[in-house]
Amino acid sequence: MSNWKTLLTSAAVATAVFANVAHADTKRIAVVVKALGIGFFDAVDKGAEEAAKQLGDVQIIYTGPTKTTAEGQIDVINALIAQKVDAIAISANDKDALVPVLKKAMDRGITVISFDSGVAPAGREMQLNASSTELIGKMLIKMAADSMPDGGKVAVLSASATATNQNAWIDAMKASMSAYPNIKLDEVAYGDDMADKSYREAQALMQKYPNLKAIIAPTTVGIQAAAQAVEDAKMVGKINVTGLGLPSEMAGHVHTGASQGFAIWNPIDLGYAATMIADELMTKKAEAKPGAVLDMGRMGKVTLDANGEGAMADPFFYNAKNVDEFAKIF
Amino acid sequence: MTRLLTSREAQLGVAILVMIALIAVRFPAFVAPANLANVFNDTSALIILALAQMAVILTKCIDLSIAATLALCGMVAAMMNVAGVPLAAIIPLVILLGAGLGAVNGLLVWKLDIPPIVVTLGTMTIYRGVIFLISGGKWINDQQMSAAFKSFPRADFLFLPVLSWTAILVVVVFAVLIGRTPLGRSFFAVGGNPHAAVYTGINVGRTQFLAFVISGALAGLTGYLWVARYAVAYVDIAGGFELDVVAACVIGGISIAGGAGSVGGAVLGALFLGVIKNALPVIGISPFWQMAISGTAIILAIAVNASQGRTKGRVILKSAEHVA
Repeated sequence: MSNWKTLLTSAAVATAVFANVAHADTKRIAVVVKALGIGFFDAVDKGAEEAAKQLGDVQIIYTGPTKTTAEGQIDVINALIAQKVDAIAISANDKDALVPVLKKAMDRGITVISFDSGVAPAGREMQLNASSTELIGKMLIKMAADSMPDGGKVAVLSASATATNQNAWIDAMKASMSAYPNIKLDEVAYGDDMADKSYREAQALMQKYPNLKAIIAPTTVGIQAAAQAVEDAKMVGKINVTGLGLPSEMAGHVHTGASQGFAIWNPIDLGYAATMIADELMTKKAEAKPGAVLDMGRMGKVTLDANGEGAMADPFFYNAKNVDEFAKIF
Repeated sequence: MTRLLTSREAQLGVAILVMIALIAVRFPAFVAPANLANVFNDTSALIILALAQMAVILTKCIDLSIAATLALCGMVAAMMNVAGVPLAAIIPLVILLGAGLGAVNGLLVWKLDIPPIVVTLGTMTIYRGVIFLISGGKWINDQQMSAAFKSFPRADFLFLPVLSWTAILVVVVFAVLIGRTPLGRSFFAVGGNPHAAVYTGINVGRTQFLAFVISGALAGLTGYLWVARYAVAYVDIAGGFELDVVAACVIGGISIAGGAGSVGGAVLGALFLGVIKNALPVIGISPFWQMAISGTAIILAIAVNASQGRTKGRVILKSAEHVA
């Protein structure tokens, strides 16, 4: 089974590579994703293709294992090394397991960067995060604030009380609340990323704070459940549910008005920016070292921190105008 | 017998009322009739499943796959809805599917004599896996579901939503089934003393099989109600809910060893947990304490059960003798 998969992936990569042999002067950038068939990464590929078109002399090889395993990605990378691609941009299934094989790739002169889900510093030249904790925190409170010009009370509906990501985002949000003196955060509730518990917590928030203006849910399960609870309580228009969600999951609630808008990183921009950076590094126009400023084309510039990591941009905002278009993608 | 049974239910009823009164001191809006109706509505799924689980536990079995069956039937209901199957067909079909999944558990217990906890632990994982297979791990979201599909459980009818009425209907049917039919009596007989049940001409395996079928059918119905209520279907819906269901039964005084319990107890046990679940967020208790409090309530209930269990078992058996 596993041998079969290796053979198949190798064959797929080989075909993709041989098809491009004709253009000997074009550079080949392999975009290795967590697994094929995931909407989010198909959108990343779209962005990568857009960057390739803009650069002109770049060919994108979009590949990945069939399941989200590090072993599968190692097979794929070995095949790519054998085919001597010029650069690899990877969203890793495991931070550490891929380091040896990626080191091998770098030893052969292949430029390696990671995006989205990063690789440990030893295994890549730089890591491109979709966004940073600070930017997400700012975005969360800004989205709520935009819907309540007169200020008022807001509450947060998070995942579990111990979720690392969510806690970091909420702390960052609290830190940037000084910019909105007339907004008061009443409570942080925890729905444990379960639809029923999140729904109940959202109901409790509405009961406890009758003047609540917004529920901020930085989790895809919570934001949906809160929007449903607001609709069922007939509070649409009084309470705005916002936070981090996926367009395909939130489109309905945006149209009912329960959510006036929400955010998530834009995978198209991420694929575009990762390709731009990979091209810049492999053509030696820039070097990835702490403090380096890298160009991302239409996405602006990114500055690398001490770990060689950089944040692309603010999370992308979705509302009634653009949600349907993106709901088809992810 | 009536005195003992009512005393158990009365204890629980008083405990619930005291709890509601204490909550009202901290958060008066909780006792508003509309909110209490909300709490009942929110607990409806737990009530239906607690009764389903009760039928199984009475026969000395346990159904750990009940939440996975719910999730699988819910996903199938959502997928049928997306495919355009009318609601009038979806509901009977998911009940049938649930009954079928319950029958798998029942047959394994009946024909292969595998301990029920092992059977349902296995099917629990299998059913969750099947959801992943049929859905490809994708979510079905509210804008993909039809308006009729989502609005049925929340439609108001005589002051209460259809979801609440469904629970009330199931309670009534169960009261008749458990108290007034040979099948209901045989559940007690099989759980209370399987050997004696055989001598009275009851087929123990077949009775357990029927309990699993009933449990699965109700889990199937609840699957639709759940998915329509929360307007989302994915692999992990109702994850861990089987433990809430078993806890509701235990708190309601249904003996885990089988053969003892009542419909009223199961309903009150579910309401007890439902009130706790709905009250803890509004009275502002830290989420870390919430879990500890739910757990303490369960252990207290089991402790009370253990101290009463012996006498209770005897009394119920005596009554079974009278009927036989």
